[in-house]
Amino acid sequence: MNRTLWIIVVAAGLLAPYAIYPVFAMQLLCFALFACAFNLLLGYAGVLSFGHAAFFGGAAYIAGHVIKVWGWPPELGLLAGTAFAVVLGAIFGGLAIRRHGIYLAMVTLALAQIIYFGAVKLPFTGGEDGLQGIPRGHLLGTLPLEKPLVMYYFIFAIFLFGFWLIYRTVHSPFGQVLKAIRENEPRAVSLGYKVERYKLMAFIISAGVAGMAGASKALVFQFAALTDVSWRMSGEVILMTLLGGMGTILGPVVGAFTVVTLQHEFAAIGSWVTVAIGLTFIACVLLFRRGFVGELLNALRKYRSAEAD
Amino acid sequence: MSWDLVLAQAMLGLNQGVFYALLSLGLAVIFGLLNIINFAHGALYMLGALVALIGYNQLGNWIGVPDLHINFWWALILSPLLVGLFGMLIQRFTLRRIAKFDHLYGLLLTFGVALVLEGFFSNFYNTSGTPYGAKPDMLKGVVNLGFMYFPTYRLFSIIASLAVCFGTWFVIERTKLGAYLRAGTENPDLVQAFGVNVPLMITLTYGFGVALAAFAGVLAAPIYSVSPLMGADVIVVVFAVVVIGGMGSIMGSIVTGLTLGIVEGITKVVYPPAANTVIFFLMVIVLLVRPAGLFGKEG
Repeated sequence: MNRTLWIIVVAAGLLAPYAIYPVFAMQLLCFALFACAFNLLLGYAGVLSFGHAAFFGGAAYIAGHVIKVWGWPPELGLLAGTAFAVVLGAIFGGLAIRRHGIYLAMVTLALAQIIYFGAVKLPFTGGEDGLQGIPRGHLLGTLPLEKPLVMYYFIFAIFLFGFWLIYRTVHSPFGQVLKAIRENEPRAVSLGYKVERYKLMAFIISAGVAGMAGASKALVFQFAALTDVSWRMSGEVILMTLLGGMGTILGPVVGAFTVVTLQHEFAAIGSWVTVAIGLTFIACVLLFRRGFVGELLNALRKYRSAEAD
Repeated sequence: MSWDLVLAQAMLGLNQGVFYALLSLGLAVIFGLLNIINFAHGALYMLGALVALIGYNQLGNWIGVPDLHINFWWALILSPLLVGLFGMLIQRFTLRRIAKFDHLYGLLLTFGVALVLEGFFSNFYNTSGTPYGAKPDMLKGVVNLGFMYFPTYRLFSIIASLAVCFGTWFVIERTKLGAYLRAGTENPDLVQAFGVNVPLMITLTYGFGVALAAFAGVLAAPIYSVSPLMGADVIVVVFAVVVIGGMGSIMGSIVTGLTLGIVEGITKVVYPPAANTVIFFLMVIVLLVRPAGLFGKEG
């Protein structure tokens, strides 16, 4: 199962730019990585953050600024964005895990709003216009990222790294403890696990990978905008994860592809996209809380157990 | 910076504070019985203002009576009723079905409802705002408060909101109906066993909380212009207010809302760049010092 999973992911990723428009493919990958990062927190640790746009968008602004104004090479820009998200994740996580459940969601939302207002007001962010004209530059001083295919494979490599990191985390003893906390936190405490520390660590990893996705997005589209840090973005990543199936490895990828494709296809009809997203949210919560991949896995499991009888 | 200016901003802040109080009160009432955070609260606040606007500007033309304009006083009664009814439908047909699952699903579902409402009305109404022209004549002009001249309408909106807030507090804390409600918050199964129709009570409570939001929306309409996104920014601040106050007590959410409105108003004179974020920073401090919130019991 695991090996086939990896072969499918790598093969599909390598062939994608020949089937679809590379920029769109890169957009899909950036958001898929964002959703995977979010899934680590919601799907495996059971922590609902409503402020992940702060990491995604914050990293986009930082990466954009150091590349455009300070003239850093793209790989260092991505690192700077990711590092910012890690630090921010440590601060937000440290504050947010003092509360549980619904309160935690509200705390992260309010914290993320500080970053949003920062992006509106701070001198280097370009306010309403956002940070525009970020040069892609040359990777390691040689590979020209202006070329769509070169850029695509660079982004694909980043995606693979992030995806692998999440996969490793989930399948490590650390990941097992996270799942134990999700299932029954008091019991995990009574078994002697420092639950807060595990949650904080998951929060930081999740924020870092989300930042990596955001910085990549800034490099692909060559701008960072207020939409990247707004709470709608935090809501969208929840939808991607929920729709695809939280707590599954591939679910967030499927969910992100679905939501981004929907937005792409219906971009012409303006605000109706928001209505469509909202309705998808409602339908998802009411009808299939396991998400596409989760429902599929569940159906498979039922089929297998029926066959075994 | 003069004291008059600080006092004037504090009064304007109090005006904003009564809206925070009405909204966080509604959230607290709903949370008490349903255990969910109503993310649609901001959108329903917007809907309250929009219903008033439609009643004044458009309804007459729609039904072929161009001279019909629903005035402000009727809007103040009808809009919360209509929006409350709409909320009860949402609760009855969606929230009730997921009540037995993790309460986070309630947050996500109401987030979806907020997106649908805001997206839908953004197609028909200007997001930069439409003025609501139905302010009654008797509330125009200014009154002398002794230390400053204050717009009559704003003073009215403060008094009306405070009356509704304390009325709600009285009903919940001091009447038999409120006793049922509080008992339902403590132990719904037991209350049901005593013959109270708890599912109906939950639906009515949700409707009431939503009606409070709509009432705030109608009161806000003559002050701010009516826009499909007017609730989106307010709701995040109200969430911070709720985190600061904690949702343990009705009075706590009222007092926190009022106080933070005043703090925000004063910040506008003392240090303007922080006016938008001061409440969020206060939230951080409260989380560090007293994680359960000022009036909260940790749950």
